[in-house]
Amino acid sequence: MTRSLAMLTLTSALVAAAGAFAQTTDKNAKIGVLNDQSSLYADVSGAGSTLAAQMAVEDSGLTGKGWKIDVISADHQNKPDVGTNIARQWFDVEKVDVIADVPTSSVGLAINNVVKEKNGVYLNSGAAASDLTTTQCSPNTVHWTYDTYLLANGTGKALVKAGGDTWYFLTADYAFGHALERDTSAVVTANGGKILGGVRHPLNTSDFSSFLLQAQASKAKIVGLANAGGDTTNSIKQAAEFGIVTGGQKLAGLLMFISDIHALGLNTAQGMNFTETFYWDLNDQTRAFSKRFSERMRNKAMPTMVQAGVYAATLHYLKTLEALGGNPHDGVKVVAKMKEMPTDDPLFGKGTIRADGRKLHPGYLFEVKKPSESKYPWDYYKLVATIPADEAFTPVDKSPCPLLKK
Amino acid sequence: MGINTQALMAQLLVGLINGSFYALLSLGLAVIFGMLNIINFAHGALYMMGAFVAYFLLSIFGLNYWFALVLAPIIVGAFGMILERTMLQRLAGLDHLYGLLLTFGLALIIQGVFQNFFGSSGLPYAIPTALQGGTNLGFMFLPTYRAWVVVFSLTVCLLTWFLIEKTRLGAYLRAATENPTLVRAFGVNVPRMITLTYGLGVGLAALAGVLSAPINQVRPLMGADLIIVVFAVVVIGGMGSIMGSIVTGFMLGVLEGLTKYFYPEASNTVVFVFMVLVLLLKPSGLTGRAA
Repeated sequence: MTRSLAMLTLTSALVAAAGAFAQTTDKNAKIGVLNDQSSLYADVSGAGSTLAAQMAVEDSGLTGKGWKIDVISADHQNKPDVGTNIARQWFDVEKVDVIADVPTSSVGLAINNVVKEKNGVYLNSGAAASDLTTTQCSPNTVHWTYDTYLLANGTGKALVKAGGDTWYFLTADYAFGHALERDTSAVVTANGGKILGGVRHPLNTSDFSSFLLQAQASKAKIVGLANAGGDTTNSIKQAAEFGIVTGGQKLAGLLMFISDIHALGLNTAQGMNFTETFYWDLNDQTRAFSKRFSERMRNKAMPTMVQAGVYAATLHYLKTLEALGGNPHDGVKVVAKMKEMPTDDPLFGKGTIRADGRKLHPGYLFEVKKPSESKYPWDYYKLVATIPADEAFTPVDKSPCPLLKK
Repeated sequence: MGINTQALMAQLLVGLINGSFYALLSLGLAVIFGMLNIINFAHGALYMMGAFVAYFLLSIFGLNYWFALVLAPIIVGAFGMILERTMLQRLAGLDHLYGLLLTFGLALIIQGVFQNFFGSSGLPYAIPTALQGGTNLGFMFLPTYRAWVVVFSLTVCLLTWFLIEKTRLGAYLRAATENPTLVRAFGVNVPRMITLTYGLGVGLAALAGVLSAPINQVRPLMGADLIIVVFAVVVIGGMGSIMGSIVTGFMLGVLEGLTKYFYPEASNTVVFVFMVLVLLLKPSGLTGRAA
C-alpha cells in the first residue's frame, strides 16, 4: 500500500513536472522602460520613450500571433541607487525580461551590471557613455542610439577642422560628462587642437554665469558643452546673455536633442552644430512615424533620437523573439540572436549590432536653421554631413571589449 | 589655479546677482512665516507660476515684460490668497508640520500639472529689448539685464522691509502676530490682514519668477530646484527675520559664487554646509531671536 502510494506520488510529480516544462515554452515577455520622468531629461526620454516602446509592440504585430508583451515604466530620478533598486525589483518580483532606455550614464552603467547579473536583456538608448560597449561591455547589452565617441567624432572633429582649435569645457560632473569630455578631448588633440581647460558643474544647475565667465576668461575659441538637457539649454541661453558668442567664441553643444532646440527657440539656437542619429524630418518613413508619435504625445512633441532608439531597439528585439519562437527569458541567448539578425527599421534604416553590443548606423551632423528658414512647426535642422556607420563608433581595434576578441 | 583679482571681482558680482533671487524669495518666506507661522513649501511652485504667467501674458495677450512685472505678482498673489482662504486658514493654531505638509503637497500638485502640459525642458522667454546687451566693466562683461535684477530686487526688498518694520500697517501686522485677539478688539480685521500678507509673500515669489524668466528657461521645476536653497537661506538668516533674510540671501549668493570659482564641484552643497555650521553655533540663525 505504502509502496503503491509512493509510486502514485512519484508519477503525479513527474506529470506535474512535464506540465511545468510544457509551460516554460511560453510566449510572454515584459519590457520595463526605465528613465527620467520628472526632471531635466524627462523630455528627452520620459513618457515619450514608454510610448515608443508601446508603439513598437503594436507595430510588431506579435500580439496577434499569440504573444503577450507587457510594457511597464518607472522613474529612476537620475539616481543610480534608485535605478538599481527598481531594476532588481523588476527582475525578481515583476519578472521583467528587458530593461529599455535608461538615460543618465551613471544610472545606465549601474543598470548594465544588474542586467548582466540577472541575465536579462538591456536595450540602452538614452545613456551616452561609450563605456557601455567598451570597458564595461556585456553580452546582455545592446547600445542603440548614440554614444560619446560618436558625438566627439561628429561635432568635435567638424569644429576643429573648421578652425576651432582651442577648447574649454563646461562639463556635467558625472559619468556622462566625464566620458564626453574625455572622448572629445581625444578627438580635439588628435586633430591638432588644444585643450585650454575646463570646469565641472553639478548636474541640474540653473545658473551658469560663474562657469561661463571662467570659459570667457580662458579665451578658447570653442566652449564645449559636455552636458545635456536642461543644463545645455540654460548654458546656451546664459552664454548669449554674457556675450560669449558676440565676443568671438563659439559654443559647441556636444549633445543636443530636438527637445532642447524646441525649448530654446530658433532665435537663440540658430547656427549651432551638433550630432544626432535621428531626425523626424529625414525621410518619408521617419516623418510617418513621428507624426503618429506626436499625435499621441500630450504636448504634441516630435520624437527625440532617444525615443526613436527605444522604438527601433524594441522592434528589433520583438523580431528576434518571433525568430526564436518562444522562451525569451535567457538574456544572453536573446541578445546573441539579436546580433546575428541584421536590423531594419523605419527610423534608422538597415544596420547591424556588433559583437560588443554597439548598434551601427550613420550619424548626422546637423545645423540649426535660422528662424527665416523654418517653414513649418518643428522644422529646425539642416543636414550638414553624414558620418558613415563604419566610422561613427569606436573602431574594433581601439576597443578594449573582450567580446570583440573572439 | 592662482587667484586672479579680476576673476574674483567677477565672481563676487555674479554672486550678488544670484543672491538677489535668494533675497527676494527668502523675504517672501520670511514674511509669511513671521506673520502667519506657516512654512510655505509651495513658494517655489508659486515662483514658477510667476514665470509662467509672464510667458502667457506675452504669448497669449501680447503683454510684454513690463506688464508682467506688475500683473504676474497680482495674479499669482490672488491665487495665493484663494489658497490661504480655502485651505491654509483652516490650519491656524495647529503645529507647523501641518502647514508644511499641506503646502508641500500643493507644490507637488502645481508642478505636476504644469509638467503634464508643458514638459520639463521649458519655454523660451526673451530678455526685453530695453535691457539687452551689456557693459564691459574691464574685469567682466556685465549683462544689462543682470544689473537691472540686482537694483530692482534690492529696491523691492528694502521697500518690503520698510513696509513691515516702519509703517503703521506693518505695526498692525506685527501686533496681529503677537496677539490677534487684542488687535481684533481694536477693530482690525485680522483674518483679512493675514490673507493679504500671504498674498504679499506670494506676490514677491511671483515677482522673482518674472525676473528669472528671461535668464532661465520657464520650466515647471525651476522652483523645486531653488526652494531648498532658499529654505537654507531663511534658516541661516533666522526664521521670520525680514532684514536677516535679505542680508543672508545676498551673502549666500556671494558665498556660492566664490565656491563656483574655487571648487565648483561643491557649489551646490556649500550653502548647506554653512547652514549646518550656523545651526550648530547659533541655532536661532544669524539674526534670529532665541525662541
